[in-house]
Amino acid sequence: MNESTYKSSREPLFRVVKRAERSGRQMLIFRLLAVLLSLVAGGLFILAIGANPLQVYRQILDGAFRSKLAFQGTVKLCIPLCISALGVTLAFKMKFWNIGGEGQIIMGGIFATYFALFHSDWNHWLLMLVCLLAGIVGGGLWGLLAAFCKVKWNTNETLLTLMLNYVALYLVTYLQNDPWRDPKANGFPKIASFDSNAILDRVLGVQAGWIVMLILVVAVWIYLKKSKQGYEIAVVGESQDTARYAGIRVKRVILRTMFLSGAIAGVCGMLQAVGTDATLSTGVAGGIGFTAIIVAWLCQLHPGMILVVSFLFSVLEKGSSVVQSQMGLSSDCAAVLQGIILFFILASEFFVRYSFVLRKKEKTPAPAAKKEAV
Amino acid sequence: MAQTTAIACSKITKRFGTVVANDAIDLQVRYGEILALLGENGSGKTTLMNMLSGIYHPDEGTIAVDGRTVAISSPADAQRLGIGMIHQHFKLVEPFSAMDNIVLGTKERKLNNRALKEKVLGLCKEYGLSINPEQRVQDMSVSEKQTVEILKVLYRGARILILDEPTAVLTPQETDKLFQILRGMREKGCAIIIITHKLNEVMAISDRVTILRKGKSVGTVETSQVDPAKLTELMVGHAVSLSIHRPEPRDVSTILKVVNLTVQRPDGGLGLDDVNFEIRRGEILGVAGIAGSGQKELCETIAGLMPAQKGAILYNKENILGKSPKEIIALGVSMSFVPEDRLGMGLVAGMGMTDNMLLKSYRRGKGPFVDRAPAKELAKELVDKLSIVTPSVETPVRLMSGGNVQKVLLGREIESDPNLLITAYPVRGLDINSSYLIYDLLNQQKEKGVAVVFIGEDLDVLLELCDRIMVLCHGKITGIVDAKATTKEQIGLMMTGEENA
Repeated sequence: MNESTYKSSREPLFRVVKRAERSGRQMLIFRLLAVLLSLVAGGLFILAIGANPLQVYRQILDGAFRSKLAFQGTVKLCIPLCISALGVTLAFKMKFWNIGGEGQIIMGGIFATYFALFHSDWNHWLLMLVCLLAGIVGGGLWGLLAAFCKVKWNTNETLLTLMLNYVALYLVTYLQNDPWRDPKANGFPKIASFDSNAILDRVLGVQAGWIVMLILVVAVWIYLKKSKQGYEIAVVGESQDTARYAGIRVKRVILRTMFLSGAIAGVCGMLQAVGTDATLSTGVAGGIGFTAIIVAWLCQLHPGMILVVSFLFSVLEKGSSVVQSQMGLSSDCAAVLQGIILFFILASEFFVRYSFVLRKKEKTPAPAAKKEAV
Repeated sequence: MAQTTAIACSKITKRFGTVVANDAIDLQVRYGEILALLGENGSGKTTLMNMLSGIYHPDEGTIAVDGRTVAISSPADAQRLGIGMIHQHFKLVEPFSAMDNIVLGTKERKLNNRALKEKVLGLCKEYGLSINPEQRVQDMSVSEKQTVEILKVLYRGARILILDEPTAVLTPQETDKLFQILRGMREKGCAIIIITHKLNEVMAISDRVTILRKGKSVGTVETSQVDPAKLTELMVGHAVSLSIHRPEPRDVSTILKVVNLTVQRPDGGLGLDDVNFEIRRGEILGVAGIAGSGQKELCETIAGLMPAQKGAILYNKENILGKSPKEIIALGVSMSFVPEDRLGMGLVAGMGMTDNMLLKSYRRGKGPFVDRAPAKELAKELVDKLSIVTPSVETPVRLMSGGNVQKVLLGREIESDPNLLITAYPVRGLDINSSYLIYDLLNQQKEKGVAVVFIGEDLDVLLELCDRIMVLCHGKITGIVDAKATTKEQIGLMMTGEENA
């Protein structure tokens, strides 16, 4: 072997080393630090587009909380986000990559809308109950469809749930263009507004969905933590082989869980249509199904955290809409800020688990620094 | 052959988080010698070798190759320095031919097939290996695959070979052949490091032994100066009796009878081919065979996880073929299979001991909710009884060491009070102390009148622990013999189907 053989092998500039498991408190501090850093980075961004970051941040908080009406608006935004995040949580716990929250929300909305449109003469409470059940069934079946294909033909659930989103979306377009088109809309393709009897009541000024949301937070937490079925979901998620060895019927668990996951999203769709919009449009889900995935992951599938984080997201969204009207800053800026915060928090996950070790001093200068593959 | 130093490690330290895997280890290997690296599981053997082959980088200490200090930061660096590692799990592309696998990843221009074949055959001749270079790897036996692995590193010009537990997957005859090849390489001046925890192999093949204990090197000895008892003492830290206790079977009665059982594997091949045998209460039935001879199919069929094409499984005279795994568990049949990754089946890696205790019993009790209190009690009981080391019963089992994980698995199965206990590879990768603890547990069950099936790899253990040994070869039973009246060589021949008892 010649000289170059030995020269060529030198230590990389830095290495990525796995850390010991951290305590829960350290993890929390890490995440809070990440949020703080993201606010700084977001501030730089706001500065760059020529506004005062402190003022913008204040406006956001102000916009979300300044009046009773503003606060009610914030809660209204929180309801669908929190509920759909709870929905995908069930599937994710099983490591079933359900990214079809969007489609399941829409299907829940469609099913509920049928009764709200054509049976608005029923007793109000009966009608509301039927709408809720219809939402559950609609979303549930849409989730079940992907699960069925998975257990029957081992299809890829990520692709299937994603594509079913578009099927559901175009179904709404079809309905508003033809069978359910509002004849009084002067040829404009839309579905008529619901009769007042078919609209969900308000409690404390906000649609009653917030009560459903709180009930679901507790129910999902109990279901996952305490129930036999929740235990089965956790085992199947960790290892299907182990589940089989323990006598768990894996296929049945997948079908059941996906039905429930879709059903919760369906409830969200029903609440949006009957509670907030009083009609069905293609915007019934409006990307909530995707944001829900981010929320669920960010909270590490913990229902309580999902409630908190959904609320914070809603504050940001509601607040920035006010910033838009008051300071003339585009509401897209809110999306940028959301992105920055997410980026920092997700990046902090990496530092929770790994740390960098710099190369020790060498006598000769390193020629080209090599980065170690992670 | 002048014995010049090939590799000299000095004060090598490697930490993973708070765990010190290697603590200031010194190791030297010379050209023209075989060095055995001996140590219990978790003593840092593989970590040390991974640093030599460029997979990890030491935190402290230096490695010198041919007398020069080097930094090995990738397997490519190791290759340039002439170091080749043969891993326990082969890293071959199955549908490729042997020679395609051998050149795969080398940077030089690809030779045409004829020249390549010549070169491979030349290497074979030089080192006394035999292989058909054009045969596909998927059609090869385990020992042939290992030969391809060896050729792979030789082709790359390696003169320092590291073998990680190379005999774990071989029959006694194949092991002898491998040792002959290694001796031949030694004559050619190669430096060879062989990782193992089998003492008889250390005695048979090595010139010197370096012993690691809990991440520290406790010394290097000339093999001719020591005996197995002394090596064990160095390895474990105190003297250990190496014989396994075998109580006389009492009140033996048949509990399970397998009749003409034929099972097809998912890939279409026959997993079990017309198999007949009995499992009896109060004795341990050993199952020997090369990996993949039908052991897994046997376990899974009895546990109700795999359908059979033909035959019957009579449990207390009732056919249990076609029953669901849940029903079979309820009958008191317990099956634990420790797969190669040691966690895959039977335990949930991300859950703590408590939740793992629940795995087969969570359905008990009325209502939709799980009662965790008894499981927690049981987990604590096991920790005391089997001296399991874990920070708490809620710590995920993936953070526990291999030995402790296996104690958890077997402990749970035993606590479920089975009538029939099937355990496959329960001591896979375990150190001496933990292995003996597991043997004791199995013997206790046998004395309680439980029917025990022990599917194992180590023939010495099977011969000492079991009452009868059943040998599988390609899904067929090539013999059921009395363990006290059989030799290792006979079983080895039956494993390859060359002798029927």
